[in-house]
Amino acid sequence: MEASSSSSSSKGFMANVEQPHVLAVDDSLIDRKLIEKLLTNLSCKVTTAENGARALEFLGLGDQQHNSLESNVSNSKVNLVITDYCMPGMTGYELLKKIKESSIMKEVPVVIMSSENVPNRIDKCLEEGAQMFMLKPLRQSDIKKLRYHLMNCNS
Amino acid sequence: MEVGQMQRQWVDYTKSLFLEGFLDGQFLQLQQLQDESNPDFVVEVVSLFFEDSEKLLNDLTRALEQPTVDFKRVDAHVHQFKGSSSSIGAQRVKNACIAFRNFCEEKNTEGCVRCVQQVKHEYYLVKSKLETLFALEQQIMAAGGSIPMLELNF
Repeated sequence: MEASSSSSSSKGFMANVEQPHVLAVDDSLIDRKLIEKLLTNLSCKVTTAENGARALEFLGLGDQQHNSLESNVSNSKVNLVITDYCMPGMTGYELLKKIKESSIMKEVPVVIMSSENVPNRIDKCLEEGAQMFMLKPLRQSDIKKLRYHLMNCNS
Repeated sequence: MEVGQMQRQWVDYTKSLFLEGFLDGQFLQLQQLQDESNPDFVVEVVSLFFEDSEKLLNDLTRALEQPTVDFKRVDAHVHQFKGSSSSIGAQRVKNACIAFRNFCEEKNTEGCVRCVQQVKHEYYLVKSKLETLFALEQQIMAAGGSIPMLELNF
């Protein structure tokens, strides 16, 4: 069992970020609750969104918003987006694309989660620029791996 | 019953739920996530699952009663149910959902109707078991004891 660390240290989730802000997107309330706990246990600040449209709005990329620097300023900057693949309306893949197509958010790492291990799906997401693909249900060990992976990619 | 006895009963009951396949390792993960800052985490998540499931079962039953069954819709509900049961570690419910999806793919109404019954059956079973477990936890805490940490290897 991992004890959550409340001290600010260089054991941050991502290099140089002490309390990374993660946006978690999932249409399942249960899964949102789970992932929030998994992430806060590793000293992350978490915002959840129940669908792609809300996620884009939060990132300042919504339809009604201008794709400008000012939009992502009201909340602390998002360091990572983790999203479910299968969602009604906009899928995680479509959300990934929109993020990667934007000028302000394209550098933010995006992780896709899915309960289904479909190689085509995984390849498609990785090709579109997803940092990682993770199989649900997620465990604390998965989030830890995510941390190490992202720290290495940041160097 | 004194606290030590209740705690042993809790351990035995929990172990039996794993051995009989009602729960899998994901439930352990939930228990491990419970801590002082979230002392009711497991009950909260499982309660959400119960609420979600009742609704899904209603939706499924209704969808299969339609004159023309929309199998895509049925499959979407089953997919959701499979996801939520998997997330809390309700293994038998999850497995029943996996079987269910095959019948959806085949557009087999009779098979689907049987599957709803099967999923319902497994759901009510695990619900009752978890409620028993939580009641035992309440008793232990009311008597001033704490819930033991499980050490099971998966």
